Amino acid sequence: MSIASMEITGHTEAVALLPRAGGDLLPHPVFSAYVSDIGDAELVQMYTDLVVVRRIDAEATALQRQGELGLWAPMLGQEAAQVGSALALRKEDFVFASYREHAVAYLRGVDPTMILRFWRGSTHSGWNPYEVNMTTPAIVVGSQMLQAVGYGMGIRRDRSDDIAITYFGDGATSQGDFSEALGFAASFNAPVVFFCQNNQFAISAPVGVQATVPIVQRAAGFGIEGVQVDGNDVLAVLAVTRYAAERARNGDGPTFIEAVTYRMGPHTTSDDPTRYRDADELARWKERDPIDRLLRTLEHRGLATAEMLATAEAKASEFAASVRIGCLGTVEPAPESIFENVYAEPHSLLEEERVEFLAYHGIPDTKAAGQ
Amino acid sequence: MTTLSLAKAINAGLRRSLTSDDRVMLMGEDVGALGGVFRVTDQLQAEFGRERVFDTPLAESGIIGTAIGLAMRGYRPVCEIQFDGFIYPAFDQIVSQLAKIHNRTDGAVTVPLTIRVPYGGGIGAVEHHSESPEAYFAHTAGLRVVSCSAADDAYGMIQQAIASDDPVLFFEPKRRYWDKQDVDLEGTPTLGLYDARVVIEGTDLTVVAYGPMVATALAAAREAATEGTSVEVIDLRSLSPIDFGTIERSVAKTGRLIVVHEAPVFLGLGAEIAARISERCFWMLESPVIRVGGYSTPYPPSKVEQYYLPDIDRVLDAVDRSLAVQ
Repeated sequence: MSIASMEITGHTEAVALLPRAGGDLLPHPVFSAYVSDIGDAELVQMYTDLVVVRRIDAEATALQRQGELGLWAPMLGQEAAQVGSALALRKEDFVFASYREHAVAYLRGVDPTMILRFWRGSTHSGWNPYEVNMTTPAIVVGSQMLQAVGYGMGIRRDRSDDIAITYFGDGATSQGDFSEALGFAASFNAPVVFFCQNNQFAISAPVGVQATVPIVQRAAGFGIEGVQVDGNDVLAVLAVTRYAAERARNGDGPTFIEAVTYRMGPHTTSDDPTRYRDADELARWKERDPIDRLLRTLEHRGLATAEMLATAEAKASEFAASVRIGCLGTVEPAPESIFENVYAEPHSLLEEERVEFLAYHGIPDTKAAGQ
Repeated sequence: MTTLSLAKAINAGLRRSLTSDDRVMLMGEDVGALGGVFRVTDQLQAEFGRERVFDTPLAESGIIGTAIGLAMRGYRPVCEIQFDGFIYPAFDQIVSQLAKIHNRTDGAVTVPLTIRVPYGGGIGAVEHHSESPEAYFAHTAGLRVVSCSAADDAYGMIQQAIASDDPVLFFEPKRRYWDKQDVDLEGTPTLGLYDARVVIEGTDLTVVAYGPMVATALAAAREAATEGTSVEVIDLRSLSPIDFGTIERSVAKTGRLIVVHEAPVFLGLGAEIAARISERCFWMLESPVIRVGGYSTPYPPSKVEQYYLPDIDRVLDAVDRSLAVQ
């Protein structure tokens, strides 16, 4: 049995606003209006964000190679999809992420050092989801989408104009939970944005293994509006996500966004992409690099001054250094912490095991009532 | 006191939880206008509205996954999984998500979810409608697993489960749904949700059972009494955690223990209880702990299910075998 094709056939018009070769912004009858407030200063800020998150990502990869992290899932190439969408959100909105949304976490206000601690093996989490309204990594692919829909059902019942957004990849669209999430979201008219980063690969499997038609077309069968956007165009991603968020806030229910992008690095630091893709393909996508894309617009507008570039670079270096220092300075959890937060309320068996554990290891029991 | 069937008692408990806490909501397949296939949610949608008691799409993973999201938003969902054998599509959301979110988030997120599961056999049903999957969930850290056995107790237990800040799987013995008892609808539970209960006291032998097998154990005890054997019956009630203290105190008195459940004996709750009691009560035991339960077969077609399910005779046979060891 073989897959019909590695390529996805059929075409939809991916929304784009930043011209690939530089020049004036591309007009769009619907989406241009959603970024009419984005002026030079905002574009420069977006550029800086992109440079910073790419640098954090590179630093994390380096730290993994040096043995400081057990694993890292690089987002190289996907920065615009993440930055553009995250900038469309309000603080009150809630993000249900997969495990590669480092740029989203950064823009939600997560200390990048805390992102790394998960990959270091120091914690299962890294941050309090309620402090930044973003979940910590969901490793079972697709498991977070239903939770986003349920959260959205709660928002609706609260008569709030908050929204939920869930991030996932092309691989996740093959999961049963994906279909169930779209079905529940449609049935309950949940204020949810489904944000698919189609990065062309599920580890080694090209997107053609997951689907034979563009991913965005899956939404239609559920009665959900789908929009395909150039995922390497940060401005277009911002516009499209704002559009989807506005629909959700207005009670118009879920929207499905397919951001077409490319994972320029490996799936994780344990992966070897040379075994399953050729260098030419990577080279073609490097020409479509999301940071270069925005830079060409900045150059066209005369904003790419040496000073601006240096400022962005300095900020990136500053974050990279702080991530490195933070990572190396991690205080690892105490052995007895494995018994903490298993349950919210006391549990007789766990308490018994905890007491035995402390006795075996000769650790003084400082906790009055164990949980 | 009001005489209620088990199904009606759970219905009354759900009504009380819905009344006392407006964050409580009921969701699942056919729980709305129909009132559930066993009518456990009968009339609750009419009383509390479609926002609080609602039908979901037919997708078990979807039910649990969305309920987790609702809980993260501050609600206390009570999900119905229509039959025991239908819970497996939700396995990842229960075992890898629901059970672990509190721990994963270093305690920042609590997921106060109750999953009601009609379970067990003896009703002449088709495949997948008669299973006892409780051990899968009791094996998973982060979940609490309980099973009611009768109307008077179930009324309070369901309210306690809903009030718990931990996820609770609430197994309901479907073949006992129609059994009636006097229920104190104004009362508050005297036992904690995780306490075992000595149902009848005895001196010669202890039988631990839960869910549908409690009634079977009681009938066997009455039968044994006619032959002069005094059997103590414990309703385990909580399968995770297990109240070993109550079992230990009983075994200290009787020296003999039989564990009865419908689920397969191999790696079932009985195995864990036998192991723990052997460790803790080794010098008090007069005979090996005996397990009575389902066989290592798929649940059989209903015309032969009586050969699979433990009944009074199989419990009495175990009583005889235990007493034969002197």
